[in-house]
Amino acid sequence: MARRSISGCDRLIVLGLAAVSLFGCSGVLNPAGPVGRDDAIILIDALLIMLAIVIPTILLAFWMAWRYRASNTKVEYLPNWSYSGRIEAVVWSVPILTIIFISGVIWIGSNRLDPYRPLPSKTPPEEVQVVALDWKWLFLYPREGVATVNQLVVPAGAPVHFQITSASVFNVFFIPRLGSMIYAMPGMTSRLWLQADRPGVLWGQSAHFSGDGFSDMQFQVRSVAPGEFAAWAQQAKSAGPPLNEAAYARLTRQSQHVPPMSFSRFDPDLFKLIASQKVAPGPGPEPENPSHAGRVTSTGGRH
Amino acid sequence: MFGKLSWSAIPLSEPIPLITSIVVLLALFGTLALITVKGWWPYLWQEWITSVDHKRIGVMYCVLGLMMLIRGFSDAILMRTQQAVAINAPGYLPPEHYDQIFSAHGTIMIFFGAMPLIIGVINFVVPLQLGVRDVAFPTFNNVSFWLTASGALLVNVSLFIGEFARTGWLPYPPLSEATYSPGVGVDYYLWAIQISGIGTLITGINFVTTILKMRCPGMTYLRMPMFTWTAFAASLLIVAVFPILTATLAMLSLDRYFGFHFFTNDRGGNAMMFMNLIWAWGHPEVYILVLPAFGIFSEIFSTFSGKPLFGYRSMVAATLFICVVSLMVWLHHFFTMGAGAAVNTAFGISTSVIAVGTGVKVFNWIFTMYGGRVRMSVPMLWSLGFIFTFVIGGMTGVLLAVPPADFLTHNSMFLVAHFHNVIVGGVIFGLFAGLIYWFPKAFGFRLHEGWGKAAFWFAFFGFWVTFAPLYVLGLEGMTRRLQHVNIPEWRPWLLISLFGVALIAISVACQITQLVVSIRDRDKLRDDTGDPWDGRSLEWATPSPAPFFNFAVLPSVEGEDAYWRIKEKAIETQRLGPEPHYEPIDMPLNSPVGFFTAFFASATGFALIWHIWWLAWAGIVGAFIGFVIFAWRDVHEYEVPAEKVAVIDRARRAARQAALARMEARREALDGGVAS
Repeated sequence: MARRSISGCDRLIVLGLAAVSLFGCSGVLNPAGPVGRDDAIILIDALLIMLAIVIPTILLAFWMAWRYRASNTKVEYLPNWSYSGRIEAVVWSVPILTIIFISGVIWIGSNRLDPYRPLPSKTPPEEVQVVALDWKWLFLYPREGVATVNQLVVPAGAPVHFQITSASVFNVFFIPRLGSMIYAMPGMTSRLWLQADRPGVLWGQSAHFSGDGFSDMQFQVRSVAPGEFAAWAQQAKSAGPPLNEAAYARLTRQSQHVPPMSFSRFDPDLFKLIASQKVAPGPGPEPENPSHAGRVTSTGGRH
Repeated sequence: MFGKLSWSAIPLSEPIPLITSIVVLLALFGTLALITVKGWWPYLWQEWITSVDHKRIGVMYCVLGLMMLIRGFSDAILMRTQQAVAINAPGYLPPEHYDQIFSAHGTIMIFFGAMPLIIGVINFVVPLQLGVRDVAFPTFNNVSFWLTASGALLVNVSLFIGEFARTGWLPYPPLSEATYSPGVGVDYYLWAIQISGIGTLITGINFVTTILKMRCPGMTYLRMPMFTWTAFAASLLIVAVFPILTATLAMLSLDRYFGFHFFTNDRGGNAMMFMNLIWAWGHPEVYILVLPAFGIFSEIFSTFSGKPLFGYRSMVAATLFICVVSLMVWLHHFFTMGAGAAVNTAFGISTSVIAVGTGVKVFNWIFTMYGGRVRMSVPMLWSLGFIFTFVIGGMTGVLLAVPPADFLTHNSMFLVAHFHNVIVGGVIFGLFAGLIYWFPKAFGFRLHEGWGKAAFWFAFFGFWVTFAPLYVLGLEGMTRRLQHVNIPEWRPWLLISLFGVALIAISVACQITQLVVSIRDRDKLRDDTGDPWDGRSLEWATPSPAPFFNFAVLPSVEGEDAYWRIKEKAIETQRLGPEPHYEPIDMPLNSPVGFFTAFFASATGFALIWHIWWLAWAGIVGAFIGFVIFAWRDVHEYEVPAEKVAVIDRARRAARQAALARMEARREALDGGVAS
């Protein structure tokens, strides 16, 4: 993807996207990386194709209702007119042609922007393993040997290969300004390639409801210059506690609004063990946990 | 003795549910006391509760649906208010309560608001349009209604006793498994949906049979009115997919009650199976809702334009096309689960292909108006509002069907705006149009125009003010089901959306006023002829309200728009056809079996939710005994004597004759204007 030459039409869209970003849009129409940009171009392409038919249709409907209103006796009344082969042909072909056109967009878009498809780049990709927990995100950097919670640091300008799983329920890993989201699912590993163009601070979230602490399942995304990234990893490596079995077990327990933290090392097989559920998934609500006194326990009733 | 049930299940320490509970209980007991004091019980029991008349059952479905729409709307008010105030703040609803509210909102709106209304209208209209006296299985029909009501009851009981699900309107495992949702909320969901789902399945079977086997003489398939066609497609879909829902929820119940591992997080369970199965039901479900709404619009565009539906056969084809393709699109609900490019492409295209069917329908409605005399009555306003709203909702739907666009908008407020755009703009607008259109047929008088128009305009603008900001928020990256919001820039949009909810609330108030005013002025709004809108299909051949046997003599149909042809002939020849020979009519006897089955089903459902095993068994045995007694009955029909039929039908003929004379007088005055 992204390697195709940008056509004139798409250049207009890119300009349009830039205009949107001027209005302070923090969302998907103000992409900060190639995947988000291509997703957004497809979204707007498809929107324009459909607007070309939707707007005339709406106008035609209103015009028809107005012109043939009961009080307008100047137009002819055709009480038995109910068929015209030509109109029928048009009526079927207009939607069919539009949908054929859209199908082309779907076909090309799905293949080019398949989340599993590696991003071509001269810079070697960065590896990050992502684990969704109740209710925070754990990021493992296998190459650097450091781990973070609720804070993702990536080198700007380099593709990042995410491997994503969940140690509790379904969640969705989504950084709106970088583009494509993908589910984090227990017992399964999904993959995603993203890239941030420039250094900056973005935000990510879970885009699938996962329980009472879901609203705070957000994380900071820091895209930093490559040199700075190495320095950050070095620093994280030398500070912070290790992510050992006990620390991980603590993380899997339900907690909300967790501040960012970092760990200096972890078992290199940790991600594999979590994804294959050899390490126990999160325990869910624990009645004796005082911070969840409001949560219903096995008695079933309210407290 | 009482399983998990104890006094702690009642929310004595939580003011919002407690006060709501008290108000609802007071209203309930007030109504029951009023009925008792006025001595209405025998009437209610004989004429409504045990009635097997499809029209009465249809009305009861609609009453249930409207009550549940109000319940669902109050949930919506709570949600929009919470999000508008909870910006970097906790708001007034804690997560464990807020999560129940959005779950209940979706569940109630789909299963107990929209579905009963759609089924109610189908019940009321289809036998009349087919020119027959009842459905294929009249008692079954009553059982369906009461089972649906039983499910609605359980959902509402969860407000006072225990809690409702906190997992969304579709309980995705593993969140809905016992590990992550140990409370009774998911169990309330499961049993409410299982019980009402059986009712819905029976309705589907009933209407497939009715439409296939019980048409009046001459009513061939390609002469059936469009609404009946769409009801047929929806019934086929119900029969095809509701068993999937039942099986899926049964598997989840086995996981929760007996420690099975269909969808669990461990021991080989796979939640993906649930996603596939639930959407294999869930996507056709939206077409079960929207196809009959399309049928309603077809009737209204044709009637209020004074013309036959343009491209009738094309419409039938488009309906069946949507019916079949809707079974092949379910995966678009999880493009973002990493299915791969080929799978996503296939389901993206199959989803967009549905837009061909809907596109054809929209154009055919537009061309129905061509060359017509379009009367801007309230049903027509809803229909035009529908075209505008639904076309845009359809467009955003196709956007979501483009996988890369879905990668940005899946599960976002954009999605929320989209499905409200099609379900409110399509299904709910259609239902309001239909309720106003057929109201005179049910009650003998029209609804007040002015209040109806006010309700439409407030609903239309209210809808757009509420949901347009959600499209923007979706593109800003806001995901759905947030109990509080951490991004202050979103506040203006959330406030605009809340203002839209206020407009919709005014529309609801207008609808209620419309009903009250119309009942007060019913003599002024009386429909004497039985044909208040200059209708085209057979329901308008009956007087308003239609007699319990619908047609004294089954009509004989000679083409499309059956009643229009009869009427044209009468106008041409200046007289009605000769008086038919009246014969005695056999009608099905009322039966309390539906009410008792639902009573026992509610008891069983409640018992299973709270693990009160003896009560669960007692309910099952009770329902079975009721079934046995019913199955062994000797008399199931009674005869209406020919004289009684004749008296009722002669009154109808007299009214028609008078209408014909009035029409003739008017025509002479206009010198041959209208029906040239």
